[in-house]
Amino acid sequence: MADSTSILTARRSRAGRRPRAPRRGRAAWVGYLPYLLPGAVAFAVVIGYPLLSNVYFSLFKWRGGMAPLRWNGLGNYADLLGDDQFWTSFGNSLAMIVAMVLVPTIVGLLLAAVLFDYLGRRFGERVSSVLRATYYLPQILPVAVAGVLWNWILNSQTGALNEILRGMGIDAPPNWLGDPATALPAVMLVLIWIQIGYPVVIFMAALQRVDPELYEAAELDGAGWWHRFRAITVPQIRPETFVVTLTCTVAALKVFAPIYVLTRGGPESSTLVPSYYSYLNFFDKSQVGYGAAIATVLTLVIVVLAVIILGLQGRAERREREGI
Amino acid sequence: MAVATPTRAPEVRRSGIDSRYRRGVGRWLVLAAAVVVGLMILAPFGIMLLNAVKSPQDYSANGPLSLPSSIYLDGVLAFWERTEFPVKLWNSVFISAVVAVLGALLSLLNAYAIGIGRVKGRLWIVTLFLLANMLPQEALIYPLFTMAQSVGLSNSQWSVIIIFTVIQSAFGTYLLASVLGTFPPALLEAAALDGASRWRILWQVVFPIMRPTLSVLMIFFFIWTWNEFFIPLVMLTTNDTQTIPIALASLQGDRMMDAPTINAGTLVSLVPAVVFFLIFQRTLTRGVTAGAVK
Repeated sequence: MADSTSILTARRSRAGRRPRAPRRGRAAWVGYLPYLLPGAVAFAVVIGYPLLSNVYFSLFKWRGGMAPLRWNGLGNYADLLGDDQFWTSFGNSLAMIVAMVLVPTIVGLLLAAVLFDYLGRRFGERVSSVLRATYYLPQILPVAVAGVLWNWILNSQTGALNEILRGMGIDAPPNWLGDPATALPAVMLVLIWIQIGYPVVIFMAALQRVDPELYEAAELDGAGWWHRFRAITVPQIRPETFVVTLTCTVAALKVFAPIYVLTRGGPESSTLVPSYYSYLNFFDKSQVGYGAAIATVLTLVIVVLAVIILGLQGRAERREREGI
Repeated sequence: MAVATPTRAPEVRRSGIDSRYRRGVGRWLVLAAAVVVGLMILAPFGIMLLNAVKSPQDYSANGPLSLPSSIYLDGVLAFWERTEFPVKLWNSVFISAVVAVLGALLSLLNAYAIGIGRVKGRLWIVTLFLLANMLPQEALIYPLFTMAQSVGLSNSQWSVIIIFTVIQSAFGTYLLASVLGTFPPALLEAAALDGASRWRILWQVVFPIMRPTLSVLMIFFFIWTWNEFFIPLVMLTTNDTQTIPIALASLQGDRMMDAPTINAGTLVSLVPAVVFFLIFQRTLTRGVTAGAVK
């Protein structure tokens, strides 16, 4: 859901105020139900029913298609607990969170603040908006296309990176994506490259709504850049930070295309992630029930995390309102 | 990833804002650091451009960093023909455009009931839609795959269109419902006094005012659908139905693909996305601000 938050955050501050719609009788809302009907039907067919079916499939041993379903109860889930690859895949999700949430958010925050509050004032808005567009460029590519490009760059034999290293006199450059020791860091690097521009753009948009007088006043009081960054920038754009954290964490847990294109989870499961592991079980190993169990666990993890982050956000907002 | 280390701002002088920003060498260091970050992000694109127009011989002789000795377009041509690029381009455009229109329409209908109709339990409905947008597609794919087969939509663009219309509208509903929740009630009251039905109010009062927001939403839906990989990969199994990202990814494993052809393929595949972005960049910013300060 890459760029969704720019509109999302633009709206957030207004969500609290809700003027009443015209009243016509006590249950005027009933008349609006037909408008919800197409959405409800489509939602039930495309999301509700498949989601429940997936949970249902996870209770069976099933090779898919016309093969018979054999009841397995919670057996698939029990198997997951003892499955090293399953644990590896979720361990790698933490690495994906580092690469897609932690690093981009922190670096993005600094870059956005530097562009907006430092370079923008000293070299003009042109300079900062050109830099911002440059950082954002990887975000507009289809992820799979970016992955193919990097797959070539990191290729051990014909790739650009190793060609350059050989040119510099390194005879045996690493096999970046083919060595279990370097594959995960290499994938993380690609993800950081893809992801970095997103928080920069969101945070810069957020900074536009911060009252410039806050900065002026702090500056007149002798506050340096770093001081203003900590005392004004970070707290002022906290709502956007929540949104970026939430959307990127969900995206990190769901990451599939870069893994499919770069490494297919290998070598030796060093870059395996839950979504690819379930795909593998569905369409490669024909273990549909097992794949469904992995997908169900992944769904639960995402929903629980989303609820926690949304809860934290709600609490922070309430505290802010009470505090002021 | 290098971080632009912020140096201390120059000492504050009361003499005037402009002059105090013009002092010190620190600002040049910060600018240099920010430019270096930009160059690191651009580097893969640059290397790709260099090699997309190189012959395989040139590449193996001179490596990835040399300028092409002559402009060689056979790589582009090879990719174009081997993937039947015009077909993939049409598939991508068709799927994304239909999803954008249908998704926005469905979002508007849902949001009308939630934001203006204020139906009971709307908070739960919106939360449900928001969560639906976050679900991993893996948790839906196998049932969707078998459902598509049983209704004769396997390997059909329409299966992908239907799925993404619903997934995108889940987000669209969340967004539009909160915008419509702040719709000026005076307009609605005036229309209701004139005896307009709900249907007429939707199309003659709400729709015209929401048009900028809806067009932004459509652009987002278009880009997101264009970039999608997992569901099209599973659902679109033959060459004549696949989209650009799938075509490029499936050619990647091809042993016949040399480095220049891969680069040419990447270049050709990213051009439509960049062109689309450049065309609509201004609409996007305008739409976002129009919605925000309406």
